[in-house]
Amino acid sequence: MSTSITGHSVTDDLPGPDGRSPHDGDRAGTGRLGDRLFGGAATGSGLVVVALVTLVGLFLVMQAVPSLLNNNANFLTSTEWVPSGSEPRFGIAALLWATVVTSVIAMVIAVPLGVAVALFITQYAPAWLAKPAATTVDLLAAVPSIVYGFWGLTIAGQFIDPVTGFLQRTLGWIPFFGDAGFSGRSTLFFAGMILAIMILPIITAISREVFAQVPVAHKEGALALGATQWEMIRTAVLPFGKPGVISGAMLGLGRALGETLAVMILLSTLNPTASWSWSVFNGGETFASKIALNAGEFDSPQKTGAYIAAGLVLFILTFLVNAVARIVIERRKAFSE
Amino acid sequence: MSALTHVGTEVSTDRSDLMAKSSGRALRDRLARFVMWGSFALACVPLVWILVSTLLKGGHMLLSLDWWTLSQNGITARRVGGGAAHAIQGTLLQALVTAAMSVPIGVFTAIYLVEYGRGRLAKVVSFMVDILTGVPSIVAALFIYALWVTTFGFQRVPFAVTLALTLLMIPTIVRSTEEMLKLVPNELREASYALGVPKWKTITSIVLPTAFSGIVTGILLGLARVMGETAPLIILGPYTKSMAHNLFDGLMGTLPTMINQDRTEALQPAIDRVWGAALTLILIVFLLNLLGRFVGRFSKVS
Amino acid sequence: MAKRIDVKDLDIYYGDFKAVEGVSMTVEPRSVTAFIGPSGCGKSTVLRTLNRMHEVIPGGRVDGKVMLDDQDLYAPSMDPVAVRRTVGMVFQRPNPFPTMSIKDNVAAGLRLNGIKDKKRLDETVEKSLRGANLWSEVKDRLDKPGAGLSGGQQQRLCIARAIAVNPQVLLMDEPCSALDPISTLAIEDLINELKSQYTIVIVTHNMQQAARVSDQTAFFNLKATGQPGRLVEVGSTQKIFSNPEQQATEDYISGRFG
Repeated sequence: MSTSITGHSVTDDLPGPDGRSPHDGDRAGTGRLGDRLFGGAATGSGLVVVALVTLVGLFLVMQAVPSLLNNNANFLTSTEWVPSGSEPRFGIAALLWATVVTSVIAMVIAVPLGVAVALFITQYAPAWLAKPAATTVDLLAAVPSIVYGFWGLTIAGQFIDPVTGFLQRTLGWIPFFGDAGFSGRSTLFFAGMILAIMILPIITAISREVFAQVPVAHKEGALALGATQWEMIRTAVLPFGKPGVISGAMLGLGRALGETLAVMILLSTLNPTASWSWSVFNGGETFASKIALNAGEFDSPQKTGAYIAAGLVLFILTFLVNAVARIVIERRKAFSE
Repeated sequence: MSALTHVGTEVSTDRSDLMAKSSGRALRDRLARFVMWGSFALACVPLVWILVSTLLKGGHMLLSLDWWTLSQNGITARRVGGGAAHAIQGTLLQALVTAAMSVPIGVFTAIYLVEYGRGRLAKVVSFMVDILTGVPSIVAALFIYALWVTTFGFQRVPFAVTLALTLLMIPTIVRSTEEMLKLVPNELREASYALGVPKWKTITSIVLPTAFSGIVTGILLGLARVMGETAPLIILGPYTKSMAHNLFDGLMGTLPTMINQDRTEALQPAIDRVWGAALTLILIVFLLNLLGRFVGRFSKVS
Repeated sequence: MAKRIDVKDLDIYYGDFKAVEGVSMTVEPRSVTAFIGPSGCGKSTVLRTLNRMHEVIPGGRVDGKVMLDDQDLYAPSMDPVAVRRTVGMVFQRPNPFPTMSIKDNVAAGLRLNGIKDKKRLDETVEKSLRGANLWSEVKDRLDKPGAGLSGGQQQRLCIARAIAVNPQVLLMDEPCSALDPISTLAIEDLINELKSQYTIVIVTHNMQQAARVSDQTAFFNLKATGQPGRLVEVGSTQKIFSNPEQQATEDYISGRFG
């Protein structure tokens, strides 16, 4: 006991004696008024957070259910979206497709790039550059989403048509790359690219954190065996940082799935009668952009409920993705401690 | 020498020369180095590009005094003039109210998790904070809409926007504050207890001051994030061109909605205003960010 | 001022785990008692029960009696916070409050307990710093941060902070283990001076130190690995070091284990 008497660690894994929670034994807080008020405020805030999340879920479900019961189409598989009228028909298939496609494109670009940038900052950058470089990438996260959208549409989008045109010509025989008749800047493909820029800082930040934690002994061990810097990174840094990269990618994905404004500004909506296309050069609407675009039309409970149902699916989707990220992080903690 | 050759899949062919790595390995190493530098350069492109385009297209708007003092009241898309004061004021006001609501809840929740919470309730709270972290801004806005408008039957007012923003800001504050409180060495708490200082006073007088600058950094970064959020504004906070102060009645202009309002206009005066508003918003958010990082340097815990 | 400590049949737990068993001993006022023993034998744990700091650790609890003169520290009516004001403590590593100046560090105990009288605070700061042999070294920079001092100075600052609240007893948990030999000597000299006013209990790994500073020595040991620690023997330092009653004590003193 004499070496680590200060840490919680001694007893964290021990069960409380005679059934009471270990916290009750913490007599640092006594029955004083100040302690009761302050501890009460802290516990109360915790309970507020619990209540908030519960309410969010409950309210969304409560308002979505009546609309879903009135729905005449299959909510999960239909691509129609006519939420009002006497026979509402609406489904999320098209929204889910657009949301997933844009996010996947963003991931395909941002994950390798983010990992490379994180490696640059932690392994390659000269000391004077490492911190400014990290701040620069972090600042990408500070540009508001609506600015990304507007900039993408009016500035960067001017340069995308040759790229999409080239891809359509050379890969057009694959359904994913077929021409759907949209300008390059309003396609799922370009929206995914802009999303990639937006999630790059998250992936970089988390990868950077774990790469920086690679024990020096591992790295020096590899170098001492004559490995080149790249071999050292492959044998020591990347395996150690893998869980961090995965969880960073997941958090980035969660962000991309729910991103609203940039996507809403960029994507062209589809004509309701248009035939289904698998192309990434198609327009479309994601969950978030659909809801935001129609915010002015929440006039009947039936209609609002349909959008809330879509929002609920988005909530569940991001929750699952974030949960995977957390689980990976927790696992890693269990191994590294 | 023999150790040198055992690494990797390839073996050096020239054993007499220490300087000569097999050319394939050296090449790959150089290629990797090139890719890393290139990636960083590539990552800088959008940031620089966005900053340069907004500066070029919106910079001149910010040079006039009118921009900072006047609203857009009575100004149509066709006309030059007016300012963004109403939107700047709206954005700052809403951010301030959001902070006023989320900072106490966020900081106290973090205090609960670090200083008090053990056992099941703490696990539940921590889990809920995780969920809240992942809530997309559009979902937070929908929830407030479902609560404020559909259930209570209230109007869409600026206060409803701040409620949605609060929902988004609480988890960032909880997590950053929690990190900072965990960095405060337990020895300081014990030293304080050993002086006969009650727990609440130990927290307020020793723990919080020690973590203070880190907590402020977290708040500023959270605030910067929330200020750029547009989705809740679109759902809950319609734009207006005139000055507004009342959070509970009427409309209030903000920078994001000012951009959103005119972004589809083709007339030059309106386009200029959109870029001006975008630049103003970026400046405010960047300033908060940099201020936050600067404050973080004074941290008493590393 | 100084009070006598009587420990009777003390069992100490972490959760369900019994860390220390059946400790009974007496500490005389105005004396120095040293706790020695191998790592993990519970000597620091016992020390922390003397000012109820043990309970700060979640799950920590105690059976038995600790009497300070005629007051039972563990009586239900006792306020642990009040106990800690009466029984001061100095920790293994110097831990001045990083946000506070030297002066504020010393005054912390009083100020955080609601004393605002500036004159009284100033007097106490000077008296305590003098008491900790630190006054002459810091009197010109009282408003500088406490963290800027050397390790040995920081530890004396922590002692000054502990005696500023005017305790009856001073507990020291390996106060020199993080210090260099010269700073250690300064602390040991200080302990010798302080014992004229305080009852002092010190945990130490260093047997020479125990021999140098203490009047009474208590040897703690584990019965076996996984078993609770216990008090093997307590007696005058001279006797423990020259002619202990227990074989285990002699083995430990002579360096045969631990």
